[in-house]
Amino acid sequence: MTFDLFVLPFILGLIALLIWLTTHFIGWLRSLPNEDIIKIRNKFLTKETLNALGEVFMESFIHRRMFRKNKLLGFMHMSFAFGWFLLIVVGNIESRVYSGWHINPPYYPIFLKFFVHDIRVLPFEIFTIPGFFRFTMDILLLLVLSGLVLALIKRTRSKWFGLKKTTKHTFFDRIAIKSLWLIFPLRLLAESFTAGYWQTGSFLTNSLGNVFASFLPVEVMAYPFWWMYSFALGVFFVTLPFSRYMHIPAEILLIFLRHYGISVNKDNHIMEEINVNSCPRCGVCIDACQLNTEAGVNEIMPVYFLRSVREKETKHDEVFSCAVCGRCQQVCPVGIEVNSIRTVKRLQENNKQAFDFSYLSPVPQAQTEVLYFAGCMTHLTPGIKNAMVNLLNIFGVNYRFLDEDGSVCCGRPLMLAGKDKAAAKLMEYNRQLIQSSGAKILVTSCPICFKIFKEEYNLGIEVLHHSQYLLRLTQEGELQTNPGKLNVVYHDSCELGRGSGIYEEPRQLLASFAHLIAADPEKENGLCCGGSIASIGTSKEQKDKVALGALRQLSLSHPDIIATACPLCKKTFSKLSQVRVADIAEVVYESLLNLTPALETIQEESVLELEEAPCIK
Amino acid sequence: MNKFGYSIHKDNQIDYDANDRKINDFMLEYEPTYWACIACGSCTASCSAGNFSSFNFRKTHLLVRRGETKTLKSEIEKCMFCGKCLLVCPRGVNTRNLILGINKAIEKFGL
Repeated sequence: MTFDLFVLPFILGLIALLIWLTTHFIGWLRSLPNEDIIKIRNKFLTKETLNALGEVFMESFIHRRMFRKNKLLGFMHMSFAFGWFLLIVVGNIESRVYSGWHINPPYYPIFLKFFVHDIRVLPFEIFTIPGFFRFTMDILLLLVLSGLVLALIKRTRSKWFGLKKTTKHTFFDRIAIKSLWLIFPLRLLAESFTAGYWQTGSFLTNSLGNVFASFLPVEVMAYPFWWMYSFALGVFFVTLPFSRYMHIPAEILLIFLRHYGISVNKDNHIMEEINVNSCPRCGVCIDACQLNTEAGVNEIMPVYFLRSVREKETKHDEVFSCAVCGRCQQVCPVGIEVNSIRTVKRLQENNKQAFDFSYLSPVPQAQTEVLYFAGCMTHLTPGIKNAMVNLLNIFGVNYRFLDEDGSVCCGRPLMLAGKDKAAAKLMEYNRQLIQSSGAKILVTSCPICFKIFKEEYNLGIEVLHHSQYLLRLTQEGELQTNPGKLNVVYHDSCELGRGSGIYEEPRQLLASFAHLIAADPEKENGLCCGGSIASIGTSKEQKDKVALGALRQLSLSHPDIIATACPLCKKTFSKLSQVRVADIAEVVYESLLNLTPALETIQEESVLELEEAPCIK
Repeated sequence: MNKFGYSIHKDNQIDYDANDRKINDFMLEYEPTYWACIACGSCTASCSAGNFSSFNFRKTHLLVRRGETKTLKSEIEKCMFCGKCLLVCPRGVNTRNLILGINKAIEKFGL
């Protein structure tokens, strides 16, 4: 017997799923921009493909990043994904062995116990155990069922899994998850009833079957359970493309494309679609979002934002009320490019709006070696600006203060708001100013400016954040340094840390002037100050709550100073903090003065020289 | 007729009944902190664009409130969106969202 009507729900569901997936995957790949298709062609036969395969195994089956987040959470995902995968693989081999290596219809391995009641000892089983396959399949089924038990526990005890809050599901998600949960218990029951009659199982299904057989008519009961098992599979397959479980196939494609160097940008909507389809809505991002944990904002986290993008109905708040701090992207087990997707959405909404910067006309600058650009935010925190000017004078740097009389914005705030055409105008203006000065090094105090100068301006000169430049100056200079008695905790700003990957230089610099205490969390997982220039819809109250939360963590070790490297962080913190908040440049300047009071006179003389210096205007 | 180099000023009376305040109404819903402005001028004093041009956020805001929206579009285009105004505002007005909102209103009402 090789066919029974009950396989139909499974087989129809599978066909529907395969048709849906093939058409969509081919559609996606064909609509990729040409440059991306060339990238795939060039890299397809390189080791990137192997690397991608490795990552698919480690992430889609083993769920390594989930394990890193929480062991129980990792095991739950691994037992489901890898256990099910092995059930399919071993089941296929088993069905081949028992059918004499014929090619079988796809439902045959899935429902093998219904069709084959063959319990003779196979030749190779002399070397293993009798009923090797039946035993292995029972073990694997148990593995998957253990994952299911964990999933059920997670519903009420999510904290054990490292999750404070979990995702609110949609209608399709609920149907899919219910059918997924039913699949394996139904398989267990169907196989047990059959095994109770035919003894075709192993330690799990046979024992359970025998118990059932003692008080139930198992021969009659098996058949409806095979129907239900097939039906649950069919429902899961049909709902998969419309539910969060679409991440299973989409993530595999995403991993390959990422390895071929393809990323989300404003011209690549397909990659955006693949990204949003890869979101498993696991909810790990919810706990990472400070707007959620501190300010009680529940709707804008990536898990919901990406769902809205997928359903093509994004709400204004989801797009604009986010600080784009990147903490969610940092913890995302799939590595979805949330920040890029959010910026692209802003672009689609705002880029049409007109701008007019014709009132700006660049003035050629006097020649210099080093150019200092304070930036808008630094002008609001003059302490930083003054400390920097004094330090540059003390170190005897041949520099010019580019925006001494007020900055023209670097363009990054416009970009983050989705107005990159307007940003391009400001960038062009600033680029002309910078290049006319002939400077070799551009130093800026603001990480927001720093990121765009470095990544978008194509200046062809060295761009440094002042923490990097001051570290260089202190290392090259002969001034006395001393890790004094001050206890300082360093706050990583989003744009300098996660945005530009600069973690070590500011710490090194601080460590040569003060006793540096590690913040918790810090570096890649560092907190956002809440003041982000990227959050547009967020209210002042919400921002303050985020800032207070971050300050609470930073003040845990009772530091003398909270050191920042971003004027915006300083501005946001200083009005709310009990502890003194000072920029890294201010800490360095004050420590230098304490160590060598004579420096004060040097810097005054230099300021006089600076005022008399010729300036082309 | 002789030109004497001076003229009679146009009537500068603000007529709330005659003026079209639909942008004002739109803004109240779009960004409610709009209402909190006390026209102190901190935004204008700190403005990056105002440093180089005639852009004056406080004036723009007042014009919207009064429904005198003739020059609004050309004014709002000068904003660099740097966010300094937001940080100095003593009333917590979300100025950047106001700029976006005014732009939206201009688009919506076809001004």
